[in-house]
Amino acid sequence: MSIKIENFTIHEAARLLEEKKISSTELCKAYIERAKKLEPKVKAFLKLDEEDVLSQAKASDDRRAENRKLGQFDGIPLAVKDNITVKGQTCTCASKILQKVVSPYDATVIRKLKANGFVLFGRTNMDEFAMGSSCENSAYQKTANPWNINCVPGGSSGGSAASVSAAEVTAALGSDTGGSIRQPASFCGVVGFKPTYGRISRYGLIAFASSLDQIGPITRDVEDAAILTDVMCGRDSRDATSLPDTNEIFSEDLGGLKDLKGIRIGLPKECFEIEGLDAGVRKSMEKSIQVFKDLGAEMVQVSLPHSKYAVATYYVIATAEASANLARFDGIRYGNRMKADDLLETYLETRGAGFGDEVKRRIILGTFVLSSGYYDAYYTKGQKVRTLIRRDFQDAYRKCDVILTPVSPTTAFKFGEKSDPLQMYLADIFTISTNLAGICGISVPADIHENGLPVGIQLLGPDMGEKQLLRISHIFEKNRAIKEFIPGI
Amino acid sequence: MSKYDIVIGLEVHVQARTNSKMFCSCPNKFGQEPNTMVCPVCMGFPGVMPYPNREAVMKTVMAGLMCGCEIAKFSKFDRKSYFYPDMPKNYQITQYDLPLCGRGGVHIFGKGFSGNDLPDKVIGITRIHLEEDVGKLNHFSGYSGIDYNRAGVPLMEIVSEPDMCSADEAYAYLTALKQIMQYADISDCDMEKGQMRCDVNISLKLAGAKEFGTKIEIKNLNSFRSAHRSIEHEIVRQAEILDNGGRLMQETRGWTDERGETYLLRSKENAHDYRYFPEPDLLPMTFTDSEIGKIKNTLPELPEQKRARFVATLGLTEYDAQVLTQDKTLSDYFDEGAKQAKSPKMLANWIITELLRELNDRNIPFEKNPVPVGHLVELVELVSAGTITGKSAKEVFSELFSGGKTPKQIVAEKGLLQISDDSAIDKFVVLSIEQNPAQVKQYKEGKTTVIQFFVGQVMKLSKGKANPQIVNKLLKEKLDQM
Repeated sequence: MSIKIENFTIHEAARLLEEKKISSTELCKAYIERAKKLEPKVKAFLKLDEEDVLSQAKASDDRRAENRKLGQFDGIPLAVKDNITVKGQTCTCASKILQKVVSPYDATVIRKLKANGFVLFGRTNMDEFAMGSSCENSAYQKTANPWNINCVPGGSSGGSAASVSAAEVTAALGSDTGGSIRQPASFCGVVGFKPTYGRISRYGLIAFASSLDQIGPITRDVEDAAILTDVMCGRDSRDATSLPDTNEIFSEDLGGLKDLKGIRIGLPKECFEIEGLDAGVRKSMEKSIQVFKDLGAEMVQVSLPHSKYAVATYYVIATAEASANLARFDGIRYGNRMKADDLLETYLETRGAGFGDEVKRRIILGTFVLSSGYYDAYYTKGQKVRTLIRRDFQDAYRKCDVILTPVSPTTAFKFGEKSDPLQMYLADIFTISTNLAGICGISVPADIHENGLPVGIQLLGPDMGEKQLLRISHIFEKNRAIKEFIPGI
Repeated sequence: MSKYDIVIGLEVHVQARTNSKMFCSCPNKFGQEPNTMVCPVCMGFPGVMPYPNREAVMKTVMAGLMCGCEIAKFSKFDRKSYFYPDMPKNYQITQYDLPLCGRGGVHIFGKGFSGNDLPDKVIGITRIHLEEDVGKLNHFSGYSGIDYNRAGVPLMEIVSEPDMCSADEAYAYLTALKQIMQYADISDCDMEKGQMRCDVNISLKLAGAKEFGTKIEIKNLNSFRSAHRSIEHEIVRQAEILDNGGRLMQETRGWTDERGETYLLRSKENAHDYRYFPEPDLLPMTFTDSEIGKIKNTLPELPEQKRARFVATLGLTEYDAQVLTQDKTLSDYFDEGAKQAKSPKMLANWIITELLRELNDRNIPFEKNPVPVGHLVELVELVSAGTITGKSAKEVFSELFSGGKTPKQIVAEKGLLQISDDSAIDKFVVLSIEQNPAQVKQYKEGKTTVIQFFVGQVMKLSKGKANPQIVNKLLKEKLDQM
């Protein structure tokens, strides 16, 4: 049977597989064909091993034929950002320093996905070590936005967002430290979900900033995001920061809300005062607010007074943690080691050659803010501001159920447009405070800008507020003016 | 009165004996093939996360309680950053400002290592914190190898106050710490296996001066003896510099056992900036009073308490008690035996004068002692009941070392039952007198000490089995009648 692959979802695939109207092999072949056609332009994948994908697909079809399928999603392909470890595969973080390093173990999320029969469909491009907002910091290739190949897909999970947007795969995994799932999802017109910090185990996610990193799904719709979160979430003894199980099933009764009567949606006044907020993005926001109003939601103004310090705070805390997290890449135990005369030179040469400029910049910054004499002025103060930002959200959630903001001040920008790192950092202004607060947030496609690029909205829920957040996102998705977001590639 | 006051503080590292490493499930095992006790976590592979070992945390809290430390209600791990190949992540997970254990102290007393009496005093403990051990570098010609088996082994750092004034006090403090760790089953403290390591901080100041002198650190001392020697050496070295009007610079020094000298490792200017910050991969630890109370209830007797009990309830001398409590296994051995023995004091004598000497002569560590305590108790009972003579007992004792047989079996096999029957002994007495007229003459002439000669003869004739008291009595009677 033929499927409309441009807009195919996990839940549709699960149904067709169940009804035996399609096989995993057919599904994966269709995606591989499409990827072969589009990849020369999109370059979303760092690695896509056709043989491996088809052998996984065949194994899945065999399981279904023998009545021992691993659940309803057995056989559905999923791309993996190249900073999540899969046993026996390289995991480069789009960095030269990890070019040939093969992971000796599966990340917890990979273990869970495998146990559910998902077909691991290639590794997606990203900003090196997830540091960036455009995917331009990859040491290997520049991924293009499927909506306009002269534009970036966003970052750092740009490869994942572009691959789903271009329908080279059903869905993908990303990681979000300051907006790295939500911003590229918005730029590419797909759904990007960052659950509450600790909902999904980080074991096997190569750390950028440990207190901010969170794995999450990038999907065609909210239902798929809920499905993948259900599969991946839960307490993990290997991640001491993972949250206790709540036994909620996010994909269950997702469409349970008939309207949004009694739901209060918070609009932070600071978000609309941002300098550089694109007029088209503002217009899309207004249209989305109308959708919520029409559904009966009450719009309330809230204030996040410390959000103006979020970017500065983030670049202190995230870089501090990164400077230690990336210290292990020294070529001593694994990875390329440069020949040098002594130990110090070995470190300098290996790390000098292995890391890109942005990574070096952040390691230097992080080292500085932790150094004696500066620690209190930067790191301690940053942690204090972080607490204030967290409190802002707690206060705001007394007045509302979810908070609505833009995802990014602009739509996807052109390659090379933001050559000033500070300009690039400011592109994350709406997403960064979510990670600092640890709460959950989602980016849902909302509109198409007059420049032809998609615009997403961001909905933020309180700690552990995924269930409600996803239901509100789902009803918005069903009621937005534009039903399908399919790029013209 | 010496010219300088000596100020010594120690930093002691002790590996906690646990089933697995601090942050992964690798076995905590010494002496294996290099890099066989490793996994992605303790090798610092990309993407791994630490998961803390509860047993190690509990043992550290126990160590703190044994040393009278305050236990933190809130404690956390931090990252300490520096680049060195023995450290897989190039940062060490340790504790910076909120260690598990706060202030406490350890009692020292008795005779010092040099034979002089120690002052009876408490050496303050500043803190005890928990961290992960690093790997081990081995240098070969032209290259170096790294063994990560040790990387990630739980390691406690015990920091003392600068309360020690001599090498003897430092030695006694180390001994007391080791005893405590062994008693509470926290660590075996085998220094040869690197389970206990010591850094010394030492400074000299003019006698009576208020302000401390310049602190010199001596790193990586791997025996109590080296610690003692290095302190003695450093006192002389620093005094000479000060005597000659020189100034000391804060620095870290190493120690060579061969040359018996310290040497410069690095000066203060080259000190590391470790950039400590809270470990974001681990949650802070909290303890309630009732949790701490529960751990307290499981604590074993302190060596000091055990010593006091041996003296008060088992009738041992202070000296006996000190010898028997110096080693946990030894004290348990005696304790077990004392429960069965009619005279714990006699058992103590046998352990101290015979068993320990014999083990020492044969170079057997106490842990490998082949004599079950029940056998030793039986032997002591045989002697005190008069079943065998003291002389035979020694023979039985050395048989016990070959193992297997009980003293009663050995006595039966060798026919060592003491002869206490007067008529049987009388035969030997008569014989000895008949065979030695010259000595009889001497006795008659008033040289009564010659009776010992006759005792010897009788023992020889009886193959050592005659009851010496009866022999004495009969000899005296016979000779006096002549």
